[in-house]
Amino acid sequence: MTTTIETQNLTVQVYQLFIKATPEAIWDAITKPEFTEQYFYGSRADFDLRQGGHYRGLGEGDAVMVDGEVLEAERPRKLVHTWRALYDEGLAAEEPSRVTWEIDAQEGGFSKLTVVHDRLEASPKTAESVAGGWALVLSGLKTLLETGKPLA
Amino acid sequence: MTIWSHIIERVEDDDRVFRALADPTRRFLLDLVFDRDGRTLGELESELEMTRFGVMKHLRVLEEAGLVVTRRSGREKLHFLNPVPIRLVHDRWIDKYTERRVSALADLKTTLEETG
Repeated sequence: MTTTIETQNLTVQVYQLFIKATPEAIWDAITKPEFTEQYFYGSRADFDLRQGGHYRGLGEGDAVMVDGEVLEAERPRKLVHTWRALYDEGLAAEEPSRVTWEIDAQEGGFSKLTVVHDRLEASPKTAESVAGGWALVLSGLKTLLETGKPLA
Repeated sequence: MTIWSHIIERVEDDDRVFRALADPTRRFLLDLVFDRDGRTLGELESELEMTRFGVMKHLRVLEEAGLVVTRRSGREKLHFLNPVPIRLVHDRWIDKYTERRVSALADLKTTLEETG
C-alpha cells in the first residue's frame, strides 16, 4: 500500500462527470459564491471573469483560502485559472498550478464536466492535497445542481 | 416523471460502475492507472498477459463507466483514473447506510491498537 502512494503520479489529475443541467447552470455554479459555498468546503468563489482577472476562494471571515489568475473565461464552455492554495503554509510556498473546467452539452439535458488540475510538477504537496478533494467537491456540485440541495 | 427518470439514470450510472468493477482484470487496470496516471495503451498492455484487443475491450468498459478518462497528448492517448464515479457511489450508498457503523469500527480499531 505505501509503495502505491509513493509512486502515485499526481501531476496531471483528470476528473469527469455528467450532470443533468445546462452548461450555463454549471458555469454559474462554478463561478458564483452563493453556489460554491454549498459544495466547495463552504468557500465563496470570487472571480473576475476575464483574462488576467483574479480568482479567490474565500473562507470564513473572507480569509483567502485559494487564489489565482484567470487565464481563459469563455462562458459557458471553458474556464482556466491558476491555483495557489493558501490554507496551509507548506502549500502556499509551492508554485501555482492550473485548473481547467470544460463543459460540453450532451443529449437529454446533460452536460459533461471535465476538470483537469495540472502543472503540479513543482507542487507535490498541493497535488496530494487536492487529489483527496476534487471528487468530493464535484460530487457535491452534481448533487446541488440535480436536487437543489447540498450533499448531506 | 422527472424524479423517476432522474433516479433511473443514477441507477444506470451505478450499474455501469459496479459492472466495470466486477472483473479482476479491470480492477487490476484501475490499480495500474492509480499507481501512475496518464499511461498509454502500450504501457498498460505490457503489464497484462492478454492481447491488445482484450486490453482495449476492458478499457472501453472502464471508460463507459467513467472510471477511466482518456486525453490526447500529441499522437498518444493517455489513460487517467477518474475517481468521481466511485465517489458518487460512495456518497449515494456507503455514506448513507454504513458511514456511522464504519467510523465506529474504525474508532474501535484505533482504540484497540493504541491500548494493545
